[in-house]
Amino acid sequence: MNKIVSLFCGIIFGIGLVVSEMINPAKVLGFLNLFDAWDPSLAFVMIGALIVSTPLFHLFKNKDKPLFNSNFSISTNKEIDKKLIIGSVFFGAGWGLAGLCPGPAISSIALLNVSSGIFVISMFIGFYIAYKTN
Amino acid sequence: MNIINFTPITALTGGLLIGLSVALFFILNGRMIGVSGMASNFLISKENRIENLFFLVGLILGPSIYTFFLGQEIQITISNSLFLLIGGGALVGFGTRLSSGCTSGHGISGISRFSLRSIIATITFMIVGILTVLITNIL
Repeated sequence: MNKIVSLFCGIIFGIGLVVSEMINPAKVLGFLNLFDAWDPSLAFVMIGALIVSTPLFHLFKNKDKPLFNSNFSISTNKEIDKKLIIGSVFFGAGWGLAGLCPGPAISSIALLNVSSGIFVISMFIGFYIAYKTN
Repeated sequence: MNIINFTPITALTGGLLIGLSVALFFILNGRMIGVSGMASNFLISKENRIENLFFLVGLILGPSIYTFFLGQEIQITISNSLFLLIGGGALVGFGTRLSSGCTSGHGISGISRFSLRSIIATITFMIVGILTVLITNIL
Protein backbone atom coordinates (compact mmCIF):
# COMPACT_ATOMS: atom_id res chain seq x y z
CA MET A 1 0.00 0.00 0.00
CA ASN A 2 2.93 2.32 0.81
CA LYS A 3 4.16 2.04 -2.74
CA ILE A 4 0.78 2.89 -4.25
CA VAL A 5 0.55 5.93 -1.95
CA SER A 6 4.06 6.97 -3.02
CA LEU A 7 3.21 6.66 -6.70
CA PHE A 8 -0.09 8.49 -6.26
CA CYS A 9 1.48 11.33 -4.23
CA GLY A 10 4.25 11.62 -6.83
CA ILE A 11 1.67 11.97 -9.59
CA ILE A 12 -0.32 14.64 -7.69
CA PHE A 13 2.91 16.50 -6.89
CA GLY A 14 4.02 16.30 -10.53
CA ILE A 15 0.67 17.60 -11.80
CA GLY A 16 0.93 20.42 -9.25
CA LEU A 17 4.32 21.38 -10.69
CA VAL A 18 2.80 21.52 -14.18
CA VAL A 19 -0.37 23.45 -13.21
CA SER A 20 1.67 25.99 -11.22
CA GLU A 21 4.26 26.16 -14.06
CA MET A 22 7.07 25.53 -11.58
CA ILE A 23 8.23 22.95 -14.10
CA ASN A 24 9.14 25.83 -16.41
CA PRO A 25 12.62 27.25 -15.62
CA ALA A 26 11.72 30.58 -17.30
CA LYS A 27 8.84 30.98 -14.80
CA VAL A 28 11.14 30.24 -11.85
CA LEU A 29 13.77 32.69 -13.09
CA GLY A 30 11.01 35.28 -13.47
CA PHE A 31 10.21 34.81 -9.79
CA LEU A 32 13.86 35.19 -8.80
CA ASN A 33 14.19 38.28 -10.99
CA LEU A 34 12.95 40.44 -8.13
CA PHE A 35 14.83 43.61 -9.02
CA ASP A 36 13.87 43.78 -12.68
CA ALA A 37 10.71 42.34 -14.25
CA TRP A 38 9.27 40.31 -11.38
CA ASP A 39 6.75 37.47 -11.69
CA PRO A 40 5.43 36.90 -8.14
CA SER A 41 3.45 33.75 -9.12
CA LEU A 42 5.68 31.22 -7.37
CA ALA A 43 5.05 32.83 -4.01
CA PHE A 44 1.45 31.72 -4.53
CA VAL A 45 2.60 28.14 -5.16
CA MET A 46 4.19 28.14 -1.75
CA ILE A 47 1.19 29.76 -0.09
CA GLY A 48 -1.13 27.24 -1.76
CA ALA A 49 0.99 24.31 -0.62
CA LEU A 50 1.42 25.56 2.94
CA ILE A 51 -2.25 26.30 3.58
CA VAL A 52 -3.00 22.64 2.90
CA SER A 53 0.05 20.89 4.36
CA THR A 54 0.46 22.95 7.57
CA PRO A 55 -2.96 22.38 9.20
CA LEU A 56 -3.11 18.74 8.11
CA PHE A 57 0.39 18.05 9.46
CA HIS A 58 -0.48 19.49 12.87
CA LEU A 59 -3.85 17.73 12.92
CA PHE A 60 -2.28 14.30 12.39
CA LYS A 61 1.20 14.56 13.95
CA ASN A 62 0.02 13.42 17.40
CA LYS A 63 -1.86 10.36 16.15
CA ASP A 64 -0.39 6.98 17.13
CA LYS A 65 0.67 6.07 13.64
CA PRO A 66 0.05 6.82 9.97
CA LEU A 67 -2.68 4.86 8.18
CA PHE A 68 -0.40 2.54 6.21
CA ASN A 69 2.79 2.45 8.25
CA SER A 70 3.90 1.42 11.73
CA ASN A 71 5.17 4.83 12.80
CA PHE A 72 5.72 8.43 11.81
CA SER A 73 9.24 9.30 10.73
CA ILE A 74 10.05 13.01 10.87
CA SER A 75 13.41 14.79 10.91
CA THR A 76 14.58 15.54 14.44
CA ASN A 77 17.56 17.61 13.31
CA LYS A 78 17.31 21.09 14.85
CA GLU A 79 20.88 22.18 14.32
CA ILE A 80 21.53 25.43 12.48
CA ASP A 81 25.03 24.63 11.29
CA LYS A 82 27.51 25.42 8.53
CA LYS A 83 26.25 22.53 6.41
CA LEU A 84 22.73 23.96 6.40
CA ILE A 85 23.85 27.45 5.39
CA ILE A 86 26.57 26.48 2.89
CA GLY A 87 24.32 23.86 1.31
CA SER A 88 21.48 26.36 0.97
CA VAL A 89 23.84 28.92 -0.59
CA PHE A 90 25.04 26.35 -3.16
CA PHE A 91 21.48 25.28 -3.86
CA GLY A 92 20.28 28.88 -4.28
CA ALA A 93 23.12 29.59 -6.71
CA GLY A 94 22.34 26.52 -8.84
CA TRP A 95 18.62 27.31 -8.73
CA GLY A 96 19.29 30.86 -9.92
CA LEU A 97 21.63 29.69 -12.71
CA ALA A 98 19.34 27.12 -14.33
CA GLY A 99 15.87 27.80 -12.89
CA LEU A 100 15.37 24.20 -11.81
CA CYS A 101 15.11 22.67 -8.35
CA PRO A 102 15.01 18.88 -7.72
CA GLY A 103 11.21 18.30 -8.05
CA PRO A 104 10.65 20.13 -11.34
CA ALA A 105 13.95 18.78 -12.69
CA ILE A 106 12.85 15.18 -12.17
CA SER A 107 9.29 15.84 -13.40
CA SER A 108 10.62 17.44 -16.56
CA ILE A 109 12.22 14.11 -17.56
CA ALA A 110 8.68 13.41 -18.86
CA LEU A 111 9.12 16.15 -21.46
CA LEU A 112 12.19 14.39 -22.95
CA ASN A 113 14.03 17.69 -22.98
CA VAL A 114 17.80 17.25 -23.47
CA SER A 115 18.68 20.27 -21.34
CA SER A 116 16.73 19.08 -18.31
CA GLY A 117 18.20 15.59 -18.79
CA ILE A 118 21.72 17.03 -18.55
CA PHE A 119 20.69 19.00 -15.46
CA VAL A 120 19.26 15.90 -13.74
CA ILE A 121 22.37 13.78 -14.40
CA SER A 122 24.58 16.55 -13.08
CA MET A 123 22.31 16.91 -10.03
CA PHE A 124 22.66 13.21 -9.18
CA ILE A 125 26.44 13.54 -9.49
CA GLY A 126 26.18 16.47 -7.08
CA PHE A 127 24.20 14.31 -4.61
CA TYR A 128 26.88 11.66 -4.80
CA ILE A 129 29.79 14.06 -4.32
CA ALA A 130 28.09 15.58 -1.25
CA TYR A 131 27.44 12.10 0.12
CA LYS A 132 31.04 10.98 -0.41
CA THR A 133 32.66 14.12 0.97
CA ASN A 134 30.50 14.56 4.07
CA MET B 1 10.59 46.55 -10.11
CA ASN B 2 7.87 45.80 -12.68
CA ILE B 3 5.42 42.97 -12.25
CA ILE B 4 4.97 40.75 -15.32
CA ASN B 5 3.45 37.38 -16.32
CA PHE B 6 1.64 37.14 -12.99
CA THR B 7 -0.58 34.01 -12.85
CA PRO B 8 -1.83 33.78 -9.25
CA ILE B 9 -4.76 31.40 -9.87
CA THR B 10 -2.84 28.61 -11.59
CA ALA B 11 0.06 29.11 -9.18
CA LEU B 12 -2.26 28.77 -6.18
CA THR B 13 -4.06 25.76 -7.69
CA GLY B 14 -0.79 23.97 -8.42
CA GLY B 15 0.37 24.83 -4.91
CA LEU B 16 -2.78 23.32 -3.38
CA LEU B 17 -2.08 20.06 -5.25
CA ILE B 18 1.52 20.02 -4.01
CA GLY B 19 0.33 20.67 -0.44
CA LEU B 20 -2.25 17.89 -0.78
CA SER B 21 0.46 15.50 -1.93
CA VAL B 22 2.66 16.40 1.07
CA ALA B 23 -0.25 16.06 3.53
CA LEU B 24 -1.46 12.72 2.13
CA PHE B 25 2.04 11.25 2.13
CA PHE B 26 2.38 12.20 5.78
CA ILE B 27 -1.05 10.97 6.88
CA LEU B 28 -0.81 7.69 4.97
CA ASN B 29 2.91 6.79 4.86
CA GLY B 30 4.12 8.81 7.85
CA ARG B 31 6.94 10.71 6.16
CA MET B 32 7.35 14.27 4.94
CA ILE B 33 8.06 14.71 1.24
CA GLY B 34 11.37 16.20 0.23
CA VAL B 35 12.30 15.57 -3.38
CA SER B 36 16.07 16.07 -3.01
CA GLY B 37 16.12 13.70 -0.04
CA MET B 38 14.03 11.05 -1.76
CA ALA B 39 16.06 11.28 -4.98
CA SER B 40 19.49 11.27 -3.31
CA ASN B 41 18.50 8.53 -0.85
CA PHE B 42 17.21 6.45 -3.72
CA LEU B 43 20.74 6.65 -5.12
CA ILE B 44 22.58 6.17 -1.85
CA SER B 45 20.51 4.38 0.79
CA LYS B 46 18.61 1.07 0.92
CA GLU B 47 16.11 2.49 3.37
CA ASN B 48 12.71 3.13 1.73
CA ARG B 49 14.36 2.73 -1.65
CA ILE B 50 11.34 1.25 -3.45
CA GLU B 51 8.96 3.76 -1.88
CA ASN B 52 11.23 6.62 -2.97
CA LEU B 53 11.47 5.17 -6.47
CA PHE B 54 7.68 4.96 -6.77
CA PHE B 55 7.37 8.60 -5.74
CA LEU B 56 9.97 9.67 -8.32
CA VAL B 57 8.22 7.63 -11.02
CA GLY B 58 4.97 9.38 -10.04
CA LEU B 59 6.69 12.75 -10.42
CA ILE B 60 7.65 11.82 -13.97
CA LEU B 61 4.19 10.39 -14.78
CA GLY B 62 2.42 13.54 -13.51
CA PRO B 63 3.12 15.73 -16.57
CA SER B 64 2.20 12.90 -18.97
CA ILE B 65 -1.10 12.27 -17.17
CA TYR B 66 -1.82 16.01 -17.25
CA THR B 67 -1.20 16.14 -21.00
CA PHE B 68 -3.22 12.96 -21.59
CA PHE B 69 -6.35 14.21 -19.80
CA LEU B 70 -6.23 17.88 -20.69
CA GLY B 71 -4.75 17.49 -24.15
CA GLN B 72 -2.48 20.41 -23.40
CA GLU B 73 1.18 20.32 -24.39
CA ILE B 74 3.55 21.49 -21.66
CA GLN B 75 5.83 24.26 -22.87
CA ILE B 76 9.02 25.04 -21.01
CA THR B 77 11.88 27.44 -21.71
CA ILE B 78 15.23 26.22 -20.46
CA SER B 79 18.81 27.28 -21.08
CA ASN B 80 20.88 25.26 -23.55
CA SER B 81 24.18 26.39 -22.09
CA LEU B 82 26.11 23.31 -20.95
CA PHE B 83 27.93 25.48 -18.41
CA LEU B 84 24.69 26.60 -16.74
CA LEU B 85 23.04 23.16 -16.88
CA ILE B 86 25.99 21.14 -15.59
CA GLY B 87 27.09 23.81 -13.11
CA GLY B 88 23.54 24.49 -11.94
CA GLY B 89 22.70 20.79 -11.62
CA ALA B 90 25.85 20.01 -9.64
CA LEU B 91 25.30 22.97 -7.29
CA VAL B 92 21.66 21.99 -6.73
CA GLY B 93 22.56 18.34 -6.09
CA PHE B 94 25.52 19.07 -3.84
CA GLY B 95 23.79 21.90 -1.97
CA THR B 96 20.49 20.15 -1.27
CA ARG B 97 22.23 16.98 -0.06
CA LEU B 98 24.51 19.03 2.20
CA SER B 99 21.64 21.06 3.70
CA SER B 100 19.27 18.05 3.71
CA GLY B 101 16.49 19.72 1.75
CA CYS B 102 15.28 21.70 -1.22
CA THR B 103 12.26 23.80 -2.12
CA SER B 104 9.94 20.95 -1.11
CA GLY B 105 11.79 19.47 1.88
CA HIS B 106 12.68 22.75 3.57
CA GLY B 107 10.35 25.18 1.78
CA ILE B 108 7.10 23.22 2.18
CA SER B 109 7.50 20.21 4.48
CA GLY B 110 9.88 21.94 6.91
CA ILE B 111 7.95 25.19 7.11
CA SER B 112 4.71 23.18 7.63
CA ARG B 113 6.36 21.73 10.74
CA PHE B 114 7.48 25.23 11.82
CA SER B 115 11.11 24.00 11.71
CA LEU B 116 13.44 26.94 12.31
CA ARG B 117 16.18 25.09 10.40
CA SER B 118 13.99 24.91 7.32
CA ILE B 119 12.85 28.52 7.60
CA ILE B 120 16.50 29.64 7.67
CA ALA B 121 17.39 27.35 4.74
CA THR B 122 14.46 28.65 2.68
CA ILE B 123 15.30 32.30 3.30
CA THR B 124 18.96 31.57 2.43
CA PHE B 125 18.35 29.79 -0.89
CA MET B 126 15.71 32.36 -1.90
CA ILE B 127 18.07 35.28 -1.26
CA VAL B 128 20.99 33.57 -3.01
CA GLY B 129 18.73 32.63 -5.95
CA ILE B 130 17.60 36.24 -6.32
CA LEU B 131 21.20 37.51 -6.08
CA THR B 132 22.35 34.93 -8.65
CA VAL B 133 19.73 36.11 -11.16
CA LEU B 134 20.64 39.74 -10.40
CA ILE B 135 24.33 39.03 -11.08
CA THR B 136 23.70 36.96 -14.25
CA ASN B 137 21.55 39.82 -15.57
CA ILE B 138 24.42 42.25 -15.11
CA LEU B 139 27.06 39.96 -16.67
